Amino acid sequence: MNYCGKEDFDTIIVIPAFNEEANIASLIDNIRTSAPEVDILVVDDGSADRTSRIAAKAGAVVVRLPFNLGYGAALQTGFKYALMKRYRYVIQMDADGQHDPDSIGLLLKEIGKGDIDVVIGSRFLSSVVQYKIPLLRKAGISLFSRIVSFIIHQKITDPTSGFQALNRDAVRFHASPYYPTDYPDADTIIMLHRAGLRIRESPVRMYPSVSGKTMHSGLKPVYYMFKMFLSMFVTLLRKSKFEKRITKEEDVSNAASTKDICNKY
Amino acid sequence: MPLQQKIFAISISIILFIVIIDLVRRKRLREEFSWLWLLTGGVIILLAAWYDVLLFLTNLVGAVLPTSTLFLFGLLFLMIISLYYSTKISTLHEQMKDIAQQVAILQAELHVSPQEDEKLPSISGRG
Repeated sequence: MNYCGKEDFDTIIVIPAFNEEANIASLIDNIRTSAPEVDILVVDDGSADRTSRIAAKAGAVVVRLPFNLGYGAALQTGFKYALMKRYRYVIQMDADGQHDPDSIGLLLKEIGKGDIDVVIGSRFLSSVVQYKIPLLRKAGISLFSRIVSFIIHQKITDPTSGFQALNRDAVRFHASPYYPTDYPDADTIIMLHRAGLRIRESPVRMYPSVSGKTMHSGLKPVYYMFKMFLSMFVTLLRKSKFEKRITKEEDVSNAASTKDICNKY
Repeated sequence: MPLQQKIFAISISIILFIVIIDLVRRKRLREEFSWLWLLTGGVIILLAAWYDVLLFLTNLVGAVLPTSTLFLFGLLFLMIISLYYSTKISTLHEQMKDIAQQVAILQAELHVSPQEDEKLPSISGRG
């Protein structure tokens, strides 16, 4: 079927999921309730459980990776899918129930204004009382917040947030080989900035992870710190024109409606 | 260098040479990988057969014994080859990731769900 027949076909939520059969169905239901007009894509990162089946039954489009590739690569799969299907906006969201589906509307409103390429959902801008973040985690976030804010000359309060809305320019950049496949966090914000994309933060609500498991356990925080510093360092060494080139490839302007683009093809 | 050592070193490198060429001939080793190994074999032969070069190199790097020069270059070679392999693995990893992503997207397009025989009602109407 031709997707272009659908008028309001312009936003997709990308949810990378790894062994999330317990959360995924209720998450999809909640998104359907709070944002019925958006499409939902679940990228199953080679789960051993029934994540993809449950997600498909709940009504999401499911892309199932043949084996576990990691959070970033799963997310990138969603970006590539969105790019291929020519969605105008992409919202990335975690499957573990940390991100409140009610905040999707806020992100969409911000990105829909059109003067911005990336909207980062910040848990620190929200006036609602947030959950208690572990002290070490908080210190890490604050450190990266300072570094990122310093490098891009713009205040970023929550650089590790995985709750973001992106337009097509940003998605195209994320679909490029520059996108890190293990922990895409603070370093991607710097890359986006250097690619000439405009970033803004918007308050969102976050909860502690439902399943209690986290990407940061064991020795991983140590590797995470190392990786982030190295990644930021080499990003600064890179000539920004290489990164800018990626966002300039498309001949259809970002402002063009999905319908116009469909007529072109 | 004693004759015994010389014979040993030269025969080792000749065997290495033959094995590499044979691996390339049987398509077990790609030509692009073989050059580093052939280079090593060549260098060993050169150093074993021509003692003056080894002495010259020993002086050049400031080593005391010619043996340490041999070890130094042996280690250096192993480091270079593992670095070379690391870059190769990184490239392969990146390509593998891209292929896996494409396969997954294409599979979703075809509505084929691995490990699942039953039809998925939600996606069957799409595409």
